[in-house]
Amino acid sequence: MFAGFERIGHVITPGDVPAGKPPLLAYPIDPSSRVVRDGSRLNQVLLVRLAVEDLDEDTRARSADGVVAYSGVCTHTGCDVTVWQAETRRFRCPCHESEFDPRDRGRVVGGPAPRRLPQLPVKVVDGVIVADGAFIGRPGFQPG
Amino acid sequence: MTTARAVVAIGSLLVATTVAATLLGGCTTQGMGTSTVSMAQPAPRARTTTGATSYTPVTDQRLVSPEAENWLMYRRTYDGWGYSPLEQINTGNVKDLVPVWTFSTGVAEGHQAPPIVNNGIMFVSTPQNQVLALDAKSGELLWRYKRELPEDLFQLHPTNRGVGLYEDKVYLATLDAHVVALDAKTGKLLWDRTVEDYKKGYYMTLAPLVAKGKVMVGVSGGELGIRGFVQALDARTGAPAWKTFTVPAPGEPGSETWKGDSWKTGGASVWITGSFDPQLNLTYWGTGNGAQWMGDQRPGDNLYSTSVIALDADTGKMRAFHQYHWNDSWDWDEVSAPILMDVQRGGRTIKSLVHPGRNGYLWVLERKADAIGFVDAKPYVKQTVFTKLDPRTGRPEYDETKKPVTNKKIPFCPSLWGGKDWPPAAYNPKTGYLYIPSNENLCGSLLGTAKPYEEGKLWLGTEIKDIGMVVADGSKHIGEIQAWDMNTGQKVWMRTFESHNWGPILTTGSGLVFAGGTNDRYFRAFDGKTGEPLWQWRTNSGITGVPSSFAVDGVQYVAVQSGWGVDAQRMQGALDDIRGAKTDVPQGGVIWVFAVKR
Repeated sequence: MFAGFERIGHVITPGDVPAGKPPLLAYPIDPSSRVVRDGSRLNQVLLVRLAVEDLDEDTRARSADGVVAYSGVCTHTGCDVTVWQAETRRFRCPCHESEFDPRDRGRVVGGPAPRRLPQLPVKVVDGVIVADGAFIGRPGFQPG
Repeated sequence: MTTARAVVAIGSLLVATTVAATLLGGCTTQGMGTSTVSMAQPAPRARTTTGATSYTPVTDQRLVSPEAENWLMYRRTYDGWGYSPLEQINTGNVKDLVPVWTFSTGVAEGHQAPPIVNNGIMFVSTPQNQVLALDAKSGELLWRYKRELPEDLFQLHPTNRGVGLYEDKVYLATLDAHVVALDAKTGKLLWDRTVEDYKKGYYMTLAPLVAKGKVMVGVSGGELGIRGFVQALDARTGAPAWKTFTVPAPGEPGSETWKGDSWKTGGASVWITGSFDPQLNLTYWGTGNGAQWMGDQRPGDNLYSTSVIALDADTGKMRAFHQYHWNDSWDWDEVSAPILMDVQRGGRTIKSLVHPGRNGYLWVLERKADAIGFVDAKPYVKQTVFTKLDPRTGRPEYDETKKPVTNKKIPFCPSLWGGKDWPPAAYNPKTGYLYIPSNENLCGSLLGTAKPYEEGKLWLGTEIKDIGMVVADGSKHIGEIQAWDMNTGQKVWMRTFESHNWGPILTTGSGLVFAGGTNDRYFRAFDGKTGEPLWQWRTNSGITGVPSSFAVDGVQYVAVQSGWGVDAQRMQGALDDIRGAKTDVPQGGVIWVFAVKR
């Protein structure tokens, strides 16, 4: 299912997202059909574990054991958000240097992005991470 | 920077709901209620677009020899001069230049396209693949085309560099790698042809080159491991006419300069409009760097990357090439098409190709039907990589300690943006000078990383955090405009700017030079003979647009788009990081049209 390099290829558990590690890039899987919904880049999700006490109230409410999930597509011009700044614990987009704070609902903290990185509420069910609703905001850039 | 790249581990996530698609709220299509207001004066036509009432078809003859009042293509003429013969605006009256009209494009990001004008009708392309047709004299909007771009598109370079004109059509190369043809009078879409799959990393930002019934385009995507090519389409139907890859397949000439499968993802993108010599029937295209960036991961010269290639306009057959530098490892795309001009050398007139390279050398080559010969080259900015050039072929030798490799940080000058990036230089036959928008006092470093190719993903051969830039100690400026006498091979004057400079250059029959390019939002005019500043106007945003000049009803105008973004913005970010500063250059595009105040 996930041919290629550096891919996990199984359903993600909280243990796959350890503290202090850079984000994991994931795609959703439909729980009933088992179809991996990787047909669109807009479905890619970044998972990272942060200290629960660092999360703001809303962010925490949408997290599971400190694991937060965000759209992996920049709201500026739609690039993959692939850079993790470990010291500041921020996502950074390699295309135009937009930065987002995953502790504060994906707030823009640098660069040209016009709006937050949409957060995906998550919870843990039967030991795996599942989405607990839709993205908060529309993933990707806004075609003008 | 303290960045670490995310592990590209793709697992799966159980979701309880569909993602993305269900989130869109309903958009109302109902307009606001309107009421008719009676007015004493004739109602302005601003709210409705009527199209053009008449249009002069663009013929091959007109493209080869355009009327002085028109600007029919990217650099106005096939030779790539960026020169308007108009001389009503001159060194005496340019101080009285004022805006005649402006027009907000409604979009942000890098506005780089020239206002292209055919007998009083102006065509301007903007980021997000919008085309505006305007009455060039009044600024009245005639029609607007806006492409619906795919939602999953990612735009590393959110820009467009202009339209092409032919007969009664307007051509646009799109960010999702299509070419569309529009009716010049109405903006109606006439055909839409897929050139490549944007999901594989192909995209287009250049203005099409149109000649002899063909629309010619090249592809971007060198940062995503594409295999570059130039594609020609039939101007009337959009049917493919020819396609020439810039990276040869095994067995083809030049394939011996690639190892294994590296050619499949070899890059050598073509993202700037070619020039054209109608006598030789050859189109000349500049090509980008090999992909990914680290030369040691794709050993060989890597033809035809970082080269100029001569393609037959009818068949696309490659008749000649010259590689400026082999096995690029600096991200020095050599995409600017060469300027076709005569150069004197030892009492001989050479039909030349002149190219101020991103590699920091100013190249003079000789063009012939079946060959491109090396004449000479010299650095126009500080360059620490080339130790010497072969006097016969121009092939450089490298200081290997300045050539980036995998797993080692290597410094070099100029930076990866080069002495000059894409903004076009200009040639003025009256002053005899070549004008180069350059950046000096910037060096760079790269630390190479080996990473497998993944289709449609950024594939640089380095981590973002390992792209370094430094400003030379004690330097007072970065941006420059350099004027060169190509007959003597000497620099004759230079203006400097504290800001970096990303301003394409226009020069005119009265010996003026126009350019923006700096972060202070100014559009400026200089005396082309001396470099003396004669006029400036502060615009809405920073200018990285190609300026043009045209005339309607006997009045000369100068036009340019102001709208900062893309690499000028990126370089600003890099400079701000070095200086601990935060420079706010406002975004948002505006078309400016200037004339002498009456």
